[in-house]
Amino acid sequence: MDNVDKDVDLVVLGAGPAGVNAAITANRHGLKVVLVDQNHAAGGQVFRPMPETFTPSGGSAAPGEGDELRQRLARSQVRVYFNHTVWNVSTDLRVDAVGPDGPVHWRCRALVVASGTTERVVPFPGWTLPNVMGLAAATILLKSQKMLPGADTLVAGCGPLLTAVAAGIVDGGGRVAALVDAAPRSAWLKASPAMVSRPDLMWQGVKWLAQIKTAGIPIFSAHAIEKVEAVDGRLRATLAPVDSDRRIGGGERHAVHADAVVVGNGLVPGTDVTRLLRAEHTFNRKLGGWVAVTDEYCRTSVPGLYAAGDGCGISGAAAAIHHGELAGLAVAHDVGSLDEHSFEREAAAVQRRLSKARRFGQAMGALMALPSRQVETIAPDTVVCRCEDVTRAEIDAAVAGGARDMNQLKAWTRCGMGPCQGRSCGDVAAELAALKAGCGRSEVGFFTGRAPLRPVSLEQLTGDYDYADIPLPKAAPL
Amino acid sequence: MRITKGVTRGEPVSFTFNGVRYSGYAGESVAAALFASGMAHLRDSPRNHQPRGMFCLMGSCQECLVWVNGRKVPACQQPLVESLQVSSISTEAP
Repeated sequence: MDNVDKDVDLVVLGAGPAGVNAAITANRHGLKVVLVDQNHAAGGQVFRPMPETFTPSGGSAAPGEGDELRQRLARSQVRVYFNHTVWNVSTDLRVDAVGPDGPVHWRCRALVVASGTTERVVPFPGWTLPNVMGLAAATILLKSQKMLPGADTLVAGCGPLLTAVAAGIVDGGGRVAALVDAAPRSAWLKASPAMVSRPDLMWQGVKWLAQIKTAGIPIFSAHAIEKVEAVDGRLRATLAPVDSDRRIGGGERHAVHADAVVVGNGLVPGTDVTRLLRAEHTFNRKLGGWVAVTDEYCRTSVPGLYAAGDGCGISGAAAAIHHGELAGLAVAHDVGSLDEHSFEREAAAVQRRLSKARRFGQAMGALMALPSRQVETIAPDTVVCRCEDVTRAEIDAAVAGGARDMNQLKAWTRCGMGPCQGRSCGDVAAELAALKAGCGRSEVGFFTGRAPLRPVSLEQLTGDYDYADIPLPKAAPL
Repeated sequence: MRITKGVTRGEPVSFTFNGVRYSGYAGESVAAALFASGMAHLRDSPRNHQPRGMFCLMGSCQECLVWVNGRKVPACQQPLVESLQVSSISTEAP
């Protein structure tokens, strides 16, 4: 394949707040920038728009932060590739993607990874049932698809998404069967000093809580779902109290009936690409897990590779905007389009805004961090790896049998080997492996990044290329 | 289970799932349209043959993989257009 577009200075992966700002900033300093995203529009998960065919109605829908982001992008000279799935990236900074019109390839001088996060769900028996889905999935349904997860929904897990989703369901005309928060009320009070730094968001949270109270939704603090069963076409969840490490303990159980369960236990930084390129990573529980090691200007240990946004540690959308901008400045400087003096001046201003935004974002992130012993009480027969149906008991047995790191565990059990490439199970599986081995997360490591990053069919890569199209060299004379 | 407040949807369109005709709205994701049609169970897990449905809705988990006009795609990443032929990946490739 020699149809590689080399007329590119920078490729940015991910069109969320970090990626868009990295792209715009680098472009402003004269760089030729390509921005790639799997979705049909910019915004990432946090500012995900409705489908293009939907229009807001009834009242003046003020343009939100996502609209502002999309407008700024449209005014720039950044070349955007939406609906494109990146399936491989190599260390010579070549990016392979596939889109509606077939395969696309770029060779660039710098690459910014702004791939955001995936949601962590701590498994329980029944979490694989249809009508059980992630909290982040519920926000996409509510905000983008304008759909309720159910007529009667159980909302469970931890962090700020809980109240956002419950309020969104009520606002959309649905019922919330119960709100189950793993954190005790005191955890929210501890985070309140940081919340004061963002009165707008604190006010939003207060409004959601008021909506939940008005709707009379039962709230179970310091509780978690012990199991979910399908009963007569509906779901029956058993709720149990949890301790300060969010481990399920003894005490009274509550049964809640619902037709949908939405559950999330925080966010895990997306490191597919930085792992694939063998960048150095470090484990940071408060930031959500493994993150690529970066210097103060978003540079990873791999030359030309930068990382920005929540993929570098859960810090929230406001911080991602500034972090992306910082990455864009760093790239512009490093390829020689921004002089040292201007770079230092501009970067310093961005870093001040970044550290202010991070105070709030990382306090929220810490509420969603996985306590190191939470996985202890996952029942042995619970499926952990959804793709390959690998249970906790199988993970424990492999570690007891000598599997010492995540790659051995993968080879022995197929955990993390399925089409999601371990994005859904990797964090919890590693936590279980470390627990069983009696060591830290750093020792068990992570699944080595592998291509394809997303499943891609051979037909998508070859397009209409046929047998008859194979160029046959003229036979050598005998 | 569609929210009607504050939104005007695209054109109504029809599609099939495993040969049965359903309707949805243009631009809606196939996953959401199936879900709204009561089709939460999309496939069975390959090893234990347990029922599965959409889970992450952001193209990461691959749980909602279906055939769409002969191609395997996550239903959450595929916008609905008129006359899509969708089928479960547990069935043969159409």
